[in-house]
Amino acid sequence: MPLTGGVVRPLLELAGLRKSYGGLDVLKGVDLAVAPGELVFVIGPSGSGKSTLLRCCNRLEEPDGGTVIVDGENILASGVDLNRVRQKIGMVFQAFNLYPHMTALGNVTLALRKVQGMARAPAEAKARDALAAVGLADKQAAYPIQLSGGQQQRVAIARALALEPKIVLFDEPTSALDPELVGSVLAVMRELKAGGMTMVVVSHELAFARDAADRVVFMDGGRIVEQGPPAAIFGSPREARTRDFVAKLAERS
Amino acid sequence: METLNTILEVFFNAEIAVRVFPFLLRGLGMTLLLCALVIPLGLAGGLALAWAASLERRWLRVLCVVYVDFFRAFPPLVLLIFLFFGLPFAGIDLPSIAAVGIGFFLNASSYYGEIFRAGVESVPKGQWEAARSTGLTRFQTMTAVILPQATRNVLPDLIGNTLEVAKLTSIASVVALGELLHTARLAQSLVYNPTPIVMAAMLYLALFWPVVRLLSRLEHRNIARR
Repeated sequence: MPLTGGVVRPLLELAGLRKSYGGLDVLKGVDLAVAPGELVFVIGPSGSGKSTLLRCCNRLEEPDGGTVIVDGENILASGVDLNRVRQKIGMVFQAFNLYPHMTALGNVTLALRKVQGMARAPAEAKARDALAAVGLADKQAAYPIQLSGGQQQRVAIARALALEPKIVLFDEPTSALDPELVGSVLAVMRELKAGGMTMVVVSHELAFARDAADRVVFMDGGRIVEQGPPAAIFGSPREARTRDFVAKLAERS
Repeated sequence: METLNTILEVFFNAEIAVRVFPFLLRGLGMTLLLCALVIPLGLAGGLALAWAASLERRWLRVLCVVYVDFFRAFPPLVLLIFLFFGLPFAGIDLPSIAAVGIGFFLNASSYYGEIFRAGVESVPKGQWEAARSTGLTRFQTMTAVILPQATRNVLPDLIGNTLEVAKLTSIASVVALGELLHTARLAQSLVYNPTPIVMAAMLYLALFWPVVRLLSRLEHRNIARR
């Protein structure tokens, strides 16, 4: 259902999103629309609200105001089946958050069995496919502690993908990784992008943002300060705050 | 030599030992049966308490704290005597097994509840978030993701408390349940000799010593892991 001629309905639409913790406003009214297949990259100083923004999209944090519409459904509406909606929204965490008492296969299978009610054999087949898609076909029997950080994060991505989400949220997916392991995770994310997955990525990986992102959003103080194509944001930012931040990021990497 | 003989005669009387042994075995059977009743009851109550405490409702948390504090402070023997000898005055006549079941449930669940709660809190928040983000309900997350890790983290405390509960079943003797201590005292009064009590003590030791050994090994392993 196009809104206007030629514009597709966004897959994720945030409007006037607000969140505060004990009097501290972390999000002060954020509007953001993400089109199907789009990779939106969110940058900003720590405390700018980018993680909170992401976590409001699947209600890991409960927004105080505004709307979150995922695939045409207002997920803040009363009576919405949150556990059903969450299957459409994959999430990948900075600390991987794999279940340490389960194998890689067990990690990916759990929600397929418990949430989607699949029988063991088809769930495991699907989980094996998901692990193969992130290059870990041979690690299905390994426990998280036996895997490198990069491998753990790829299992976490497989865990999210196995549920066939419409959109995947990445919360600093490479920040906890040793530099030499970052590439393997970014490669998987590139493949996802090539496969048409809609993604919102909070990260500091500038090079990745430059060549993979469709749009870069710069947040500061709980608001979106500036957004545009990566070349514009990194090359010729309009706002002074964006310029400062981008300069600092570039210095670091 | 004379004294030693007397001691053996009094405390380790072989003839009496042979005579009362089958009797004591039946008492031991009852003790095991009691354990099989009150330990699962306590564990179930403790899990329910930990679940209630994990729900972010203030009044429920307060209720749990009050419950746990109360029954950890209340001496279990007094509780049992109240249930069995006190309640009949209010017209509530509990069979001894029911009094023991209720008393142990109230007492043991408060201890198990504290242990499970500590275990649940020892699991990183990210585990909840990962599971909930894939659509698992609170309950599914608790049973499939949190509790297996929580239980492992507090296993020595769980086993230690279970040992305490098992030893405490000897107080069921005051409500005339024919468990090990009760049968031993009965036998002692019949034969006018303390040998049955000594035998009961040895049976308790034989029953619990392996558990103590296991516990000690687990505790050392945990210290080594830290």
